[in-house]
Amino acid sequence: MTDKQKTTRILAVSSGGGHWIQLLRLRPAFADKHVTYASVGRSAAGDVAPAPYYEIPDANRAQKLKLIGLLLRLGWLVLRVRPDVVISTGAAPGYFAVRIGRMLGARTLFLDSIANAEELSLSANLARRHCDLVLTQWPDLAEQDGPQFRGSVL
Amino acid sequence: MRVFVTVGTQLPFDRLIAAVDRWAATADADVFAQTGSASYVPEHMAWKRIITGTEANDWIRTADLVVAHAGMGTILTRCETGLPIIVMPRRAELGEHRNEHQSATAKRLAHLPGLTVAENEVELFNQLRGFTPLATTRRMEAVASPMLLAAISEFIAVPRHAAANMNKGTTQ
Repeated sequence: MTDKQKTTRILAVSSGGGHWIQLLRLRPAFADKHVTYASVGRSAAGDVAPAPYYEIPDANRAQKLKLIGLLLRLGWLVLRVRPDVVISTGAAPGYFAVRIGRMLGARTLFLDSIANAEELSLSANLARRHCDLVLTQWPDLAEQDGPQFRGSVL
Repeated sequence: MRVFVTVGTQLPFDRLIAAVDRWAATADADVFAQTGSASYVPEHMAWKRIITGTEANDWIRTADLVVAHAGMGTILTRCETGLPIIVMPRRAELGEHRNEHQSATAKRLAHLPGLTVAENEVELFNQLRGFTPLATTRRMEAVASPMLLAAISEFIAVPRHAAANMNKGTTQ
């Protein structure tokens, strides 16, 4: 086995803004792993360089055509990266990424945004059935056999 | 004093823009607002609807004061500098958001370094009028809590069957 084959491959995906900033705060947990990032916009590439970064289309649940474009792009990306683990901090791109990742055999983790203090987001709720682990950042939202609380991005 | 105002790009937030503009009329400050889809047109401050992510980050990291909606990207980036930020939550009942989560988020994050919450435009105006630039407060580290990092490291390291058990762990 070469070193490359032994290193765990992670695909880390989120939409822009706060979701991306929260994903960046998880980076110490990715140390020594081969991480590929995907998010919205070009400037985010600079945040993670020299790690590979792929731009994905911005889309939310109201934009059906854009969602299809996003789905195709993420499908291509998962096939290309062949991740062992897919990690997402939401929202729609994260949900699609964990679904596709799981179909192709990756372990999947969805961390709901710290902005969701009163109830889980739609994407986190949708991701529940397709994730090995869903985390909430608020203890009140944790459930037995459901989302777990294991600390926050703060 | 350089002040940066931002309300993101998705939904209008005229209450915030108008309150800052009213303050800017008499303030001795250099104010720049990123107004998104606001219909209110500022008269007393420089503004643009949309700026690049790089420009926004530069402002957020260096302005003497940031005034913003309760967007997590802005809040986290700003609190990493320890410099002051005033946050006014959007209200869904006024058509400013899809749900009331900004109000809950703002309340729960009020303890962050440099962060002050203004519940409405009157509070915001008064806080702006009383504002004096302070030295940097304590900065927030740009990494997640050790507890969360440990949980994610563990998830990455363990095989699938163990991960499944992890999800059935105790709820606290």
